[in-house]
Amino acid sequence: MFALVDCNNFYASCEQLFRPDLRHRPVVVLSNNDGCVVSRSPAAKALGIPMGEPAYRLREAIARHDVEVFSSNYALYADISQRVMRILAELAPEVELYSIDEAFLDVGGIADLEAFGQRLRTTVRQWTGITVAIGMAPTKTLAKLANAAAKRFPATGGVVDLRDRKRQLRLLRIMPVEEVWGVGRRLSRRLRLMGIETAFDLGARDKGELRRRFSVTLARTAAELDGVPCFGLDEAPPPRKQIISSRSFGERVTGLAAMHQAVCAYTATACEKLRRGRQYARSMSVFIQTSPHAAAPYYGNAAHGSLPGPSGDTRDFHRLSRRLLESIWKEGHAYVKAGVMLHDCCPTTPLQLSLLGKQGLHASDTLMAALDRINHSGRGRVFWANQGIDPSWTMFRNHLSPAYTTNWSAIPCVR
Amino acid sequence: MQIQKIKEIEIVGRPEATAGAFVRLATESVSAGFPSPAEDYIEQALDVNDLLVTNPPATFFVKVAGSSMVEAGIHPDDILAVDRSREARHGDIVIAIVNGELTVKELATTPTLRLIPRNSAYEPIVLREHDDFEIVGKVTGLVRRFK
Repeated sequence: MFALVDCNNFYASCEQLFRPDLRHRPVVVLSNNDGCVVSRSPAAKALGIPMGEPAYRLREAIARHDVEVFSSNYALYADISQRVMRILAELAPEVELYSIDEAFLDVGGIADLEAFGQRLRTTVRQWTGITVAIGMAPTKTLAKLANAAAKRFPATGGVVDLRDRKRQLRLLRIMPVEEVWGVGRRLSRRLRLMGIETAFDLGARDKGELRRRFSVTLARTAAELDGVPCFGLDEAPPPRKQIISSRSFGERVTGLAAMHQAVCAYTATACEKLRRGRQYARSMSVFIQTSPHAAAPYYGNAAHGSLPGPSGDTRDFHRLSRRLLESIWKEGHAYVKAGVMLHDCCPTTPLQLSLLGKQGLHASDTLMAALDRINHSGRGRVFWANQGIDPSWTMFRNHLSPAYTTNWSAIPCVR
Repeated sequence: MQIQKIKEIEIVGRPEATAGAFVRLATESVSAGFPSPAEDYIEQALDVNDLLVTNPPATFFVKVAGSSMVEAGIHPDDILAVDRSREARHGDIVIAIVNGELTVKELATTPTLRLIPRNSAYEPIVLREHDDFEIVGKVTGLVRRFK
């Protein structure tokens, strides 16, 4: 038996936590670079501000309805998320972190799920101030749907126990197919062509046919809607085949030196992600692009290159990224975005080394581990000088709230 | 074993949930000559958070901005640890939200619900049923750094 716990309007709720004056006000949080709306408080939803609304189109709402706008404050969200997850881990036998604001729990063996869910919900709200919705069912896919129902229908009290098959069927019939876990908008369009409109239609389809025409995963999803568990807790997700680090620039980049800094910083981030997943990569690509909407002619290009052997060492990828960037760089353009991708990722343990690559791998691992440890400790930050000390290409975060829980000089004041 | 000498004091500014503040106490003083096997032994580092933070996921820190609690020994710029998981009772010092503002006061539940400032120059806040107020948590500790 699974439970999916999902924080309501997580980013917006975090912003309201230490600003009691905003508790009932419309609050929106913008994505990286203050691009578009990624989280909305209930009052902002009531105003009809859609998810994904670009920031520049909010001007009228801000003026007319006094909407409060925030840049993404990841330090705050990560701290609050950690608190919520820790509470879940204390109360549930097993927890699988699914995203910053969602977790699957194993709730097998708990008799009164409804009461358990309510207790969980009350505790999280009391201890952190965050409201969660909880959906419980025999499969993860059904738990996800139960969670959506818990959010949508206030009469549920935020907790839905979907063990009963009759209740399952009632919900499946009213849930559009694109709301099923793992069915995106694009896939749902193809499914609709086959007459699959609701979650119920998908569950009723022949699984062999779904596997042949789509994928094993979709066939499993359909079986899960039928109540047959196919995805276990902590079922190891397949290792990531590629890792991407990319961002739009706060200010256009026109010089090669500044672009080098940006690419080096993205490379460092990607390598850190790589090591966190205990992986090595063997090749990488670098891409740069100008704005497709600008009047000036568009230029975008990417280059791909390989190392002699797999590596997790930022320095190897820095050298490679430099060569790759120089091969695609064109002077005279105003670039708005760049990024790097690491490919051919493999786990660090069963590694086959080429004779060339073998030496020094241990020393490199030790150095990188030391680096990551310092950067994760929260006490200091070591970075590569080639990404620049005061770079001009960093993010726009014009509406950033204080780091209320992670910086002593930013903690909230009481009178 | 007696604690003889403080060898190293390091204070780092984040609560347990994120990083650790620690004060390490060595258990032996350094001496020349034949090394004692106990010299390498360092007791578990003391963590100030153990005194302040009883329930890490529910504990937050706030800074005092006014002087409404000076008679309770709470001064401007003091840092308070607030445990949201502890139920506040009559006589506890609490953090509350009143009129959209965070405030620190003493909670009184009898004879009527009030938030009492501990400064004779201030008036108690009487809470009525329809007031927009909420008790955030109980104040469980205080940190003051001397300049």
